[in-house]
Amino acid sequence: MQIPYTVAARPDTGLHNSKLGIWLFLASEVMLFGALFSAYILLRVAASEWPHGSQLLNVPLAFLNTVILIGSSVTMVMSWASLMMKDFQKYRRYMGLTILCGFGFLVVKGFEYGAKFSHGLFPSEDLFYATYFTLTGLHGLHVIGGIIVNLYFWGPGSRMWKTEPERFTNRVEVAGLYWHFVDLVWIFLFPILYLL
Amino acid sequence: MEHTSAEDIKKHVRTYILVFVALLVLTIVTVGVSYLHLSIVPAVILALLIASIKGALVASYFMHLISEKKLVYFTLILTVVFLITLLSLPLLGFHDTIQ
Amino acid sequence: MQNVATAPHHGESAHHEEHASFWRTYVFSVDHKVIGIQYMMTGLIFLFLGFTLMMLMRWQIAYPTKSIPGEWFTLLPGLIALISVVVGLMSKRKLTVLVGVLFGAIAWLVWSMVSDETLFPEGIMLPELYNSFGAMHGTIMVFLGVVPIAVGGFGNYVVPLQVGAPDMAFPKLNMMSYWSYFAGGVVMLTSFFVPGGAANSGWTSYPPLADIATTGQTIWLLGMVFLITSSLLGSVNFIVTIVQLRAKGLTFMRLPFFVWAQFITSFLLLLAFPPLEAAAVLQLMDRLAGTSFFLPSGLVISGQILDVSGGGSPLLWQHLFWFLAHPEVYVLILPAMGIIAEVIANNTRKPLWGYRSLVFAGVFLGFMSFIVWAHHMFMTGMGTVISTFFQTTTMIISIPSVIILSALIISLWGGSIRYTVPMLFAVAFLPMFGIGGLTGLPLGLAPTDIHLHDTYYVIGHFHYVVAPGTIFALFAGIYYWYPKATGRMMNTGLGKIHFWGSLVCMNGIFFPMLIQGLAGVSRRLYDGGAQYAHAQDVLQWNEFMSVSAWLLAIFQLPFIFNFFWSLKKGKAVESDNPWGATTLEWQTPTPPPHGNFVKVPEVYRGPYEYSVPNAPKDFLTQNTP
Repeated sequence: MQIPYTVAARPDTGLHNSKLGIWLFLASEVMLFGALFSAYILLRVAASEWPHGSQLLNVPLAFLNTVILIGSSVTMVMSWASLMMKDFQKYRRYMGLTILCGFGFLVVKGFEYGAKFSHGLFPSEDLFYATYFTLTGLHGLHVIGGIIVNLYFWGPGSRMWKTEPERFTNRVEVAGLYWHFVDLVWIFLFPILYLL
Repeated sequence: MEHTSAEDIKKHVRTYILVFVALLVLTIVTVGVSYLHLSIVPAVILALLIASIKGALVASYFMHLISEKKLVYFTLILTVVFLITLLSLPLLGFHDTIQ
Repeated sequence: MQNVATAPHHGESAHHEEHASFWRTYVFSVDHKVIGIQYMMTGLIFLFLGFTLMMLMRWQIAYPTKSIPGEWFTLLPGLIALISVVVGLMSKRKLTVLVGVLFGAIAWLVWSMVSDETLFPEGIMLPELYNSFGAMHGTIMVFLGVVPIAVGGFGNYVVPLQVGAPDMAFPKLNMMSYWSYFAGGVVMLTSFFVPGGAANSGWTSYPPLADIATTGQTIWLLGMVFLITSSLLGSVNFIVTIVQLRAKGLTFMRLPFFVWAQFITSFLLLLAFPPLEAAAVLQLMDRLAGTSFFLPSGLVISGQILDVSGGGSPLLWQHLFWFLAHPEVYVLILPAMGIIAEVIANNTRKPLWGYRSLVFAGVFLGFMSFIVWAHHMFMTGMGTVISTFFQTTTMIISIPSVIILSALIISLWGGSIRYTVPMLFAVAFLPMFGIGGLTGLPLGLAPTDIHLHDTYYVIGHFHYVVAPGTIFALFAGIYYWYPKATGRMMNTGLGKIHFWGSLVCMNGIFFPMLIQGLAGVSRRLYDGGAQYAHAQDVLQWNEFMSVSAWLLAIFQLPFIFNFFWSLKKGKAVESDNPWGATTLEWQTPTPPPHGNFVKVPEVYRGPYEYSVPNAPKDFLTQNTP
């Protein structure tokens, strides 16, 4: 029993199933992070005072993280492009780089968090830290999720390239869409938390 | 998928590199602007504007949204409408109280 | 036509290549029909549990000073458990035994609570326990009962069939959705056993109370994360299935209204649930990490200032919660309207009146549902601008509701009505939903809501929509689609007893609530209002309502018995299409095999071509050339 349009696009919608599926999922993620941004806005507007992000947070480290994540988005899309050009080795290299960038992001984040914790600054400190840790924490969890998916497609999942190359390429594209979204969220998080 | 030929992909690769550079530049601009120490309202507007441009670049080129199908656009537009609702109406509620 | 198999109701396909194990076929199946039945059965059991909690509460409300006769409340689930287990063992049906075991678990849960002196000192329910039951009754009914049955159960089983697909777009994701729901249910149930008991801050979990409540609340939040995940994965699946897997010739405007309803519902779930997930994360942070997202500064609890950073906003929770919870109520009603539409078209032998109106009203309803939420918050100190905005959108949203109800009512006109059991439930749905909807109007208007907010009037209103509304539609759907899933008809006599008893008893429970609410009796009172002077005149209704509730339970027995008995002893269907229906799910073998359609269907016409002039029969199926 075959489910139609898992690989080929359905003519009238122009999409294959997982492409539509991932965009729908991303729409729900927009609402998730959007709700958190909405909470942040409400709490900050209602607050009598709110510190400037750069006073309390490490802007250079976050800038580095921004570059890392944007770089990983490039390597991610390049890994997909490599598959489109039927170059599996290139794909592996780019995907590997993407995963490394992901780990790099987490390591830097780890330094940031560690520095805060060692100064006794936890989410319970005040609303600023509460929102900082919660928003970056949830984002970080999404990064971890993305790394796991990417690791799977770099490793055991890549076996599908030999048997169903088109389906595998679709899967990598879909994983890429998720990864780009994670980058997109950070693009907003960075200025909002660190620079305002 | 729309792009199937290798030449098409090579053109796309050029685009990806260009977008990457643009994103780096805009990130530097974002940080640079913060050093201007503008007052909160223009600071927020500027920061969100730059972030939106960066986001649009990622969405349009890395996520291929610029050549995506109507159905996907429609879903995203609907989402954005509801998001704006969620962002703005509670704010209105916080300002408009019986006082 | 295809020969009819009297196969077990889980749609197994014995003729498939490898003989899959019991676990693969019935437990970790990726077949949408098996998953649909899993959702259905799990949902029905949770529905029964939620009902049992309410029955215990109603003793407390009616007789706040009398010791509870725990044996009687244990007897009902216990009896069902016993019969199920015995019948299951005798007929060697593992799943019937399993169901019996689960009812037995409910019986044991009830017994262990009512005989616990710390929960029922001298047989009288503690107020804290009453609050727990109230919060869990709502949570279980909405999130573990009705939506899983309506969307997970009926949606999963019927939608792929009605669009002519071999399965859902993502079968493995579908399986994960079910198990995520199951995990969420288990998590919710464990909360009864932790110190402090289950969540007790209402199904609405308002801070600051929910922030400082007992451990059960944390478990509630974790349970919700599982349930929301299940919903999100499921809604992606439904939307992709409906968009991508429609058979050739099945345009959007030829879709059965049931599919449209599920389609719209899925968008609601997809986009409205994440803000609640965000809120749940924030409340978990408040409870576990000591943050103050929802805790204002200077909060005093039992004479002590709370040692938190403060600065938070309880209203923030309300906005995020109701942003989901309002669309959630349309999630509760839309699939029901879809079922009713199918049953009415089929049993009037004529097309639905106003198909286009139904579709556009449904879409408009779905959209509007996102911008009315703060009508649940009129009493939070909102100013006139924002109250007027939400009052206006709320009045506007009643229009598509009325259009849908009117179209369904007008559909009866001129029909050759067959009062089959599904049709009885469907016809009763109409005025009951009407009462539910009309009673919503004074709640949606801010000035009258001042008097009615948080009273029994609200409870009466929403129960009218959900109980003789949605749940009647679910019953209609069960009696209607049972023959397709099992190859047997449910017994009509028992069905009629079930119907009339439920109709009368439900009105007996919920109508007096409107009266009590108008008199000003608040909701969530563990003694039913006994200590309030303004409630004294309407207190006598409490006993009446409680007796109606217990009678309602008795009237479910013929249904439960009918459901299981008919699996083996029900009248075998004489064809794959015993109701003479037009839609694609009836054009499969009975029950449908793995892959559903023997031949990939092609659709040539709309979904309700009944009584077409000059046609050989009084209906033309969608896939007849």
